[in-house]
Amino acid sequence: METENGTTLKTPARAIGVRVDHSKNIIEVQDVFFSYDGKTNVLKNITFTVHPGDYVGLIGPNGAGKTTLLKSMLGLLSPTRGEIRLFGQKISEFKDWYKVGYVPQKATYFDAGFPATVEEVVLMGRYAKRGLFARTTVEDRKLVKESLKQVDMWEYKKRLIGDLSGGQQQRVFIARAIVSQPEVIFLDEPTAGIDRQAQNDFYVLLRKLNRELGLTLVLISHDIERVTNEVMHIAWIDRTLESYSSPEEYLRMRKKEQIVI
Amino acid sequence: MIPDIFQYSFIIRGMEAGMIVAFIAPLIGIFLVLRRYSLIADTLSHVSLAGIAIGLFLGINPVLTALATTVLASLGIERLRDSKKIYGESALALFLSGSLALAIVLLSLAHGFNTNLFNYLFGSIITVTEQDVYVIAFLAVIVVTLLLAFYKELVYVTFDEEAAQVSGIRTRLVNIILIVLAALTVSLAIPIVGVLLIAALIVIPVVTALQLRKSFIQTVVSAEIISFFSVLSGIIVSFYLNLSTGGTIVLIMLAIFVLVLMVKSRWFT
Repeated sequence: METENGTTLKTPARAIGVRVDHSKNIIEVQDVFFSYDGKTNVLKNITFTVHPGDYVGLIGPNGAGKTTLLKSMLGLLSPTRGEIRLFGQKISEFKDWYKVGYVPQKATYFDAGFPATVEEVVLMGRYAKRGLFARTTVEDRKLVKESLKQVDMWEYKKRLIGDLSGGQQQRVFIARAIVSQPEVIFLDEPTAGIDRQAQNDFYVLLRKLNRELGLTLVLISHDIERVTNEVMHIAWIDRTLESYSSPEEYLRMRKKEQIVI
Repeated sequence: MIPDIFQYSFIIRGMEAGMIVAFIAPLIGIFLVLRRYSLIADTLSHVSLAGIAIGLFLGINPVLTALATTVLASLGIERLRDSKKIYGESALALFLSGSLALAIVLLSLAHGFNTNLFNYLFGSIITVTEQDVYVIAFLAVIVVTLLLAFYKELVYVTFDEEAAQVSGIRTRLVNIILIVLAALTVSLAIPIVGVLLIAALIVIPVVTALQLRKSFIQTVVSAEIISFFSVLSGIIVSFYLNLSTGGTIVLIMLAIFVLVLMVKSRWFT
């Protein structure tokens, strides 16, 4: 699993779009509606499919329902109408959650005072694979080491998670997501509140995960310029799915319609 | 001369029960404190008073009735919180004042404002019976077994509930387990520190250990050391100085907390 930062990473991720396996579906979103109060639809009539190897950017204005859509795809929220399938299975019947990694929005959930080292945080990503009473194994620790090396955080393993910078914390959460050896990772605005350099490093890391490990990525971001340079597909959400296209096509449309987001 | 503390069987019993409580309380406390659930311990301790009143009223071992009431109430609180019909803290306030009201009514019916009640309120190792020690030990075995079973899940859910749920952990079950464990812990701590001071036993050693900024495991171990030291020294000091055991234990815990804060501020400023 260990790889080095090669020069090939300079090619935009979408240039190798041919690697996307269109014969299989990782996520199928079918006519999805969602409402928190039963009256106003936060999401309306959303349909799209994500294939293995894909790298999808979810973009749209604040309050457009991006996080709601992401949480629905993770089974944290149930759509009021429509269906979501993961790896071909209905989400309500889906059991293989180790195939799914999740990097939540940092600022909203993270307690900087939590007494956990980097190593302990990443090890949590292995917990669901071990049953009740079971202790973590040598294999778990090996995978934790590999994951932390992937994100260049191994030397910080004994540090408290709360003592790291925002960018470093996000790399640790990426390590926690990849340690269960998932096939797809969902990221909710992973670069919010992180300095420019750390953001760049973070996107290089995501590119590596997508291109070298073949991980499917679904990413919410506000940084449209950056995302259009990185991803293979843009899902433009504003309560409904305005478009699902390649970044070039999205930019063309945006220019044509003078869309301001 | 100073009497030999170990010649009294009630002291031995008190120490046995105290060690068990000292061991269990921080293990639950770490999860309650980190989840901002500290007040649950307080609420459940008030509920346990209603349970004790029921026990005194019916003439059953009050620890047993306290156990039943707290476990039932904990399930009720979790259900109310989960339904999101009312705020979490409001659910706690309802149970806290409601059970206190029930306790007072029952006790007035039983004409029960006697020394026995005083011991349950503030704890006294003299009141620890042999049966209590067995009940406490039995509860402790249940708590430790459940903790061993769900330790990983509790850690993950406490750190990041959403990510834990996505990873396939049944977070709702884990939340119920945690609150039931809190109820069991409150019940088993009653005879030592009394209902009014249980929350302190669960919360203070953990809050103190958190000031040390260590890893999760090291934090648990530090809280355990503080807890054991406070309970044992509290029992001994209160015996020789003829003080309330529960109060002495909690004051020692607070003294350690203040000491840690002082040492920290001296080091870091």
